[in-house]
Amino acid sequence: MAKNDLIGGSLWEQYSAKVSERMNDPRYRGEISEVEAKALGARLVVADWGAEACGDAVRLYWAVDPKTDRILLAKFKSFGCGTAIASSDMMAELSTGKTVDQALKITNIEVERSLRDNPETPAIPPQKMHCSVMAYDVIKKAASVYKGVDMSSLAEEDIVCECARVGLRTIKDVIRINDLKTVEEITQYTKAGAFCKSCLRPGGHEKRKHYLVDILRDTRIAMEQEKLFAQADAGDFAAKNLIQKHRVIEKALDEKIRPALAADGGSLEVVDIREAAGTVNIYIRYLGACKGCVSSTKGTLQFIENMLHQELAKNIRVIPV
Amino acid sequence: MNRIYLDNNATTIVDPRVKDAMEPFFCQQYGNPNSLHSFGTETHPAMRLAMDRLYAGIGAGDEDDIIINSCACEGNNHVLKGLYFDLIRNGPKSEIVTTQVEHPCVLNCCAFLESLGAKVKYMPVNSDGTVDGETLRQHIHPGRTALVSVMWANNETGLVFPVQELAEICRENGVLFHTDAVQAIGKVAVDVDRVPADFITFSAHKFHGPKGVGGLFIRKGLKLTPLLHGGEQMSGKRAGTVNVPYLIGMGLAMEMAVDNLAYEDSSVRLLRDRLEDAILAIPDTMVVGKRELRTPNTILASFRGIEGEAMIWDLNANGVAASTGSACASESLEPNPTFVAMGISHDLAHTSIRFSLSRFTTAEEIDRAVAVIRQSAQRLRAISSTYKNGK
Repeated sequence: MAKNDLIGGSLWEQYSAKVSERMNDPRYRGEISEVEAKALGARLVVADWGAEACGDAVRLYWAVDPKTDRILLAKFKSFGCGTAIASSDMMAELSTGKTVDQALKITNIEVERSLRDNPETPAIPPQKMHCSVMAYDVIKKAASVYKGVDMSSLAEEDIVCECARVGLRTIKDVIRINDLKTVEEITQYTKAGAFCKSCLRPGGHEKRKHYLVDILRDTRIAMEQEKLFAQADAGDFAAKNLIQKHRVIEKALDEKIRPALAADGGSLEVVDIREAAGTVNIYIRYLGACKGCVSSTKGTLQFIENMLHQELAKNIRVIPV
Repeated sequence: MNRIYLDNNATTIVDPRVKDAMEPFFCQQYGNPNSLHSFGTETHPAMRLAMDRLYAGIGAGDEDDIIINSCACEGNNHVLKGLYFDLIRNGPKSEIVTTQVEHPCVLNCCAFLESLGAKVKYMPVNSDGTVDGETLRQHIHPGRTALVSVMWANNETGLVFPVQELAEICRENGVLFHTDAVQAIGKVAVDVDRVPADFITFSAHKFHGPKGVGGLFIRKGLKLTPLLHGGEQMSGKRAGTVNVPYLIGMGLAMEMAVDNLAYEDSSVRLLRDRLEDAILAIPDTMVVGKRELRTPNTILASFRGIEGEAMIWDLNANGVAASTGSACASESLEPNPTFVAMGISHDLAHTSIRFSLSRFTTAEEIDRAVAVIRQSAQRLRAISSTYKNGK
């Protein structure tokens, strides 16, 4: 990479011939009028996305057959650079002939791939990838207009990096599974943040809901906490302090006892824990169906105590209050 | 198709006479000027002539230094980092004052010095797009400020800063003053007699000299720690064998730049105004900064509803080279501080195109460029989703 990076390539040299072609002469540029849509027996959908202040804005026109939901005709207008215009043009082409639901499945990645001259070489340089994201967003907007629903209801998952389409869940998972410690590592593992870099940290190309720096920090904090808890939960019950005992008791109740009680519509809460003369006394209060149940002072109580003996220690006594 | 070059603030054509003057110093007089033998010494007369031309070009005195280096970027780094070591690192000063609109080679250098503990104050520009004396007075502190660095002319807008007034204020307060004159040489008179600057930096390739050579003026008696340590070249102030042919080329380029100042101020200005009038005749366009405050060769225009990069793509496809400050691919979308200060809508930040002329630009080229610009504006506005007539 270094040798090629040193002189610094021109952005434009990295555009595919298809990108240049569609920039110079976009096939789907223009508008669809109400009259034209009507003549096709179609419903006109107009969707705007982006803003001049952000450097990119696109308007998508669809003529949709209301009986089949099929997009009969697509056109666009764009305030944007060459790649934004070329991506919008390809997006319009890809959506033509599809149903609205099928069109919703078109992603920026598919748009970019369709603009490649050969399958191996990207159609646009990484820092231009966000221009193709506009194409995806405006489809979602058009579909929401057509369906009369809120756009957020069409989002499949919480996307952190629009360019590489990487979701929040995936990023958290790779951090945990691979014990990642830097944002650069997240990018290596997922490609998130490798393109326009907006999602790396605040202050980038565009404002994002999630930033990799924050996700990394929060996930690392959560991992640290879990590690501390795991350490605290492990080991001899008798050696634990009262707070640690409370935690493991609650955990055992949650895992082994409350589900069983819940099956009969009941539950319990811990009111107090007191240690006296080598015995750990757990004061509980029954809730729901358990309250006043005959078994609550006999069979159920025995079940709870036995379970805690088995899970934690023999010197536990459970006292309902 | 004869292409039209309207990006002279990026770089310029080497004047053929400059190229001819450099020619003998590649294969004939190629000696190292520091050698004792005749190969070395025979380079000296031409080098002395070049130095005379550089000194005369900016009105420097024999007691001043003009360090020959690689470019203004190097000179700017030399001044900022040198003074950091001389005055800030171990005291007695702590601050550098500069502007929000300097070239990245000053801004990024300042950011680096901040990481080493220096305090840097970034002055805003006023509604004219330049920095005034009052603002400078508010930012400098004689006890703390090591250096004030303000460009002579802005690369994007062509706006000329009141460097004489700023340098005088610095002198009154005993604060050193540096100006990056890379966009000024050959466009406006750069005279160190009139402007009491302590350091001035420039690059040859902005005034029809070769790329990779520049100069750093240091007023007499001032100390500046070197950026490059090594041999005794440039009396130890900048190590490295001097690029003899390039120095010779820069000398002649400087002389011609100064000789052509009147032509620049009249004929280039006329062509620039002709282009500017033609752009402003297109509906919904504007030009940043008052004409009389700009270098005679520069126009930063905005075409409403057209994204800058799309426009230069289109112009390029039709043989006109210009540039845009609105890089859609840039990693930051911070609003341009000049635009903010001048009250220019944020919407227009992505619509700016810079046209910069030179003494090689012809009237015929301007007329052809105007036709291309009109046609391009029309085509791109026809596919623009944000452009509406009269809005």
